[in-house]
Amino acid sequence: MISLTSDPIDVASALTYLQSDQAGALDLFLGVVRDNTQERPVDRLEYEAYDRMAISEMQKIADEAHRRWPILRYTIIHRKGVLAIGETAIFIGVATAHRADAFDACRFMIDTIKQTVPIWKKEVFTDGEVWVNAHP
Amino acid sequence: MNTPVSVLLFGITRDLTGQSAVSVPISEGARVSDLLDQLYQEYPKLSGIRSLLVAVNGEYAEVDQVLTSKDEIALIPPVSGG
Repeated sequence: MISLTSDPIDVASALTYLQSDQAGALDLFLGVVRDNTQERPVDRLEYEAYDRMAISEMQKIADEAHRRWPILRYTIIHRKGVLAIGETAIFIGVATAHRADAFDACRFMIDTIKQTVPIWKKEVFTDGEVWVNAHP
Repeated sequence: MNTPVSVLLFGITRDLTGQSAVSVPISEGARVSDLLDQLYQEYPKLSGIRSLLVAVNGEYAEVDQVLTSKDEIALIPPVSGG
């Protein structure tokens, strides 16, 4: 299951979705809004997405993960809009029979999402703001 | 003959141009690289971005891909999701 949402991510229901009798391992990754970047205090984050392409690129990553590992179920939920400190920006869950596959597939998904999915993060500080990774 | 195409803008490209989409006239047979050249001329501030990719119909495009007026075109500055 893949989604892009403006609403807070419901971790409990995402976890329920992942569970099955065949799954011996559930690996969850939550990307959470931190209160600083290189010691500069962050007030909030603003995420923007090219929705249609973000969904299709996340689907490609999930499909590739499926080819590489025996995944039983997975969930990728990315948040957009304005996020406060402590809120979950991304939830990735992978269910497999054994733990090594779940760890590896989950890590592959988050690392690849950060490289190819058209979603942009703006860090808003008390004294300015910056689009992450945008400048040389 | 030049046909205007609409280019969707996100993130820093939207801030730098002050618009969420810009209209760019392209000639018959124009490629992604031609579109980028025109955008850089029109909006010199875009050249300060670390890298700028182009998506055509929701897929990353190579610089030599030919554009048509029916394409949905978007500028993709460096992504920072997750």
